[in-house]
Amino acid sequence: MEIKEYTITVFTENQTGIMSRVVSIFTRRHINIESLTTSESSIKGIHRFTIVANVTEEQVNKLIGQLEKQIDIIKAFAYENDEIIYQEVALYKVPTKIFSNSNRVEQIIRAHNARILEIEPEYIVIEKTGHQDETSALLSELEEIGIYEFVRSGRVAIVKPMERLNNYLRSLEAGAMN
Amino acid sequence: MSNTEALPELEIPAKSTPKEHITGAEAVLRCLLAEGVDTIFGYPGGAIMPVYDKLFHYSDQLRHILPRHEQGAIHAAQGYARVTRKTGVCLATSGPGATNLITGLGDAILDSTPLVCITGQVISKLLGTDAFQEMDVINCTMPVTKWNYQITKADSIPAVFAKAFHIANSGRPGPVVIDITKDAQNEFFDFAYGPMKPIRSYNPYKKPSPFALKEAAELINNAKKPFILAGHGIQISHAQEAFKAFVEKTGIPLGCTLQGLSSIPSNHPLNMGMLGMHGNYGPNIKQNECDVLIAVGMRFDDRVTGDLSRYAKQAKVIHIEIDPSEINKNVIATVPVLSDAKLALEGLLPLVEEKTYPEWVETFHQCARIEEEKVIQKDMRPSASNHIKMGMVVREISNQTKGKAIVATDVGQHQMMAARYSDFFDTNQWVSSGGAGTMGYGLPAAFGAKLAFPEKEVIAYIGDGGFQMTIQELGMCAQWQVGVKIVLLDNDYLGMVRQWQELFFDRRYSSVELQNPDFIKIAEGFGVPGKTIDDPAELNDAIKEMLAVPGPYLLHVRVEKEGNIFPMVPTGYAVDEIVLEPETTK
Repeated sequence: MEIKEYTITVFTENQTGIMSRVVSIFTRRHINIESLTTSESSIKGIHRFTIVANVTEEQVNKLIGQLEKQIDIIKAFAYENDEIIYQEVALYKVPTKIFSNSNRVEQIIRAHNARILEIEPEYIVIEKTGHQDETSALLSELEEIGIYEFVRSGRVAIVKPMERLNNYLRSLEAGAMN
Repeated sequence: MSNTEALPELEIPAKSTPKEHITGAEAVLRCLLAEGVDTIFGYPGGAIMPVYDKLFHYSDQLRHILPRHEQGAIHAAQGYARVTRKTGVCLATSGPGATNLITGLGDAILDSTPLVCITGQVISKLLGTDAFQEMDVINCTMPVTKWNYQITKADSIPAVFAKAFHIANSGRPGPVVIDITKDAQNEFFDFAYGPMKPIRSYNPYKKPSPFALKEAAELINNAKKPFILAGHGIQISHAQEAFKAFVEKTGIPLGCTLQGLSSIPSNHPLNMGMLGMHGNYGPNIKQNECDVLIAVGMRFDDRVTGDLSRYAKQAKVIHIEIDPSEINKNVIATVPVLSDAKLALEGLLPLVEEKTYPEWVETFHQCARIEEEKVIQKDMRPSASNHIKMGMVVREISNQTKGKAIVATDVGQHQMMAARYSDFFDTNQWVSSGGAGTMGYGLPAAFGAKLAFPEKEVIAYIGDGGFQMTIQELGMCAQWQVGVKIVLLDNDYLGMVRQWQELFFDRRYSSVELQNPDFIKIAEGFGVPGKTIDDPAELNDAIKEMLAVPGPYLLHVRVEKEGNIFPMVPTGYAVDEIVLEPETTK
């Protein structure tokens, strides 16, 4: 079966240890997590994990089943890339002197639609938000000139279909009334 | 994530008992009493001492059983839970006390056994400092628990306990660990107990969808060669009556999984025997011949399916299962019925037609006759060297106990023989480690079962290997005078591994031969009487003698050294390639 990049969103109660439970579901099956981001969600008290993994459709379906089996996990969904809008943010720390030597860096920043966050006598911090290939492209150009530090965040994603969790929670509430 | 935790909430009834100012340790015991617990299996130690101190004052309401090792405690709790279907409760101290429970937790999660295990923990200020007997029990037990939680404040005890008991024994049951720091045990707070508020992330009450039932009934009513797989879920959901009614109305033959044994009487005319690697001939091969496969409360374990890529491909599969993650995990269901087994069977009953399949059932009988001739008759005769065979022992005990005994086993050849040759005319009679295959399970689990039902006969079949893994629990049997009848089937080998080495590794017997102690002397040392036999002529009387003893007893049976278990579906074989006789294995 074909391996694809899936973005898995997991909605959980805010419980200590839930991170370990989520991660162990992947590691137990020898599946590498490409990136993992957690944050609050639009619903108070519910946390949201965004996990990227390269797996088959069968694997991703089983992962969702195992995730949802965990007591404090409310719901999990898997999306292919065309079903989501996603971004990653990358920060680059480069020597200030490379700016003064030529206008190459300025051209690069403009071309990549990046921006400067901070200028210090020794270094400059550049920010670029986009998909991984875009932040990587900027990285390789800056590497040619010289770079001190690079860091990239995990993926954050908003789904194109209307958020299914809200519907699910509403149905839960309706069910509880019966 | 933030450190503020969403604590489970309690619904304290308006007219609940007035709040009382007590310690966390006492609250633990009050919670257990509120949940109807009467027996605890536990081992004291530093970090759980406040609870033990309070237990001293509650000994008239809570019976505490002291094993000789925490593994003995948890397997005993499992045995207790398996026959009562109530939640088994364990108590252990921090560090090694807690980690000694892990094998049992793993066993319980695989075999869907409800447990609540309470472990002491160092005081919360010392968490993460490598304090004496501090271990990260929450992370250690995470993969082997349905849920776990660390309590650092006494006032969270009632809500966490209510949630733990609710989770352990609802839906697909499983083990829960509650880790309580010593300071939370000592802290005073205002205690009140009430039922759980529903947990929005956990909905264990699965009712079948009418649509799925209709579809399932249609498949069943149009089937020509249907076959039922009876799993553990039938007994877990107390669906024995509903299952029997369903089987009898539809007239469909059935096979039991290992853990499904005793869900319907062995002599029921439609019960064709056991599935699995060492199951019966007919039930195995017919899975690859039937047109509709109705799986009830089971999970298509690899020991049942054999080579999955060649399993039941011709059949339409109805899968009645309460755990959504099991549906389509191994076998794709044509009609998944996500439901409690009892509710599904009761829902199906009015929709299915009354039928019989005499010709189809007859094909099972033909298989049974072949198996009888090629396998069973041989198992019932002493070996050429005039040694007792395991099957003879099991069948004779089953006859003398009239199929009413609770059968507990350890893991290995004797386990498969006990499964094959025991009659089950009652229910909840089978206590065995299936998913995990935990050696050392048998003796303590039998103890737990006998403690739950002192009036029932409990037989513990154990091999000479597994016996020595928890042999110290003879002490527990003797101390409490719990009349477990231990039937030690001794071949001086780790028999199942030896069988595999014989069949698949050209008889290279690698580390399977045991130099055994004098088991009778050991038992006597613990205060348990016993007897050794090795002559087939002695067997029946020795069993009679054993059953006449009220307390614990060890019957040490020297059996054929290199006996093998057949039939067998070797790894990688399809179920219809089941091997009846040794020569035919590849």
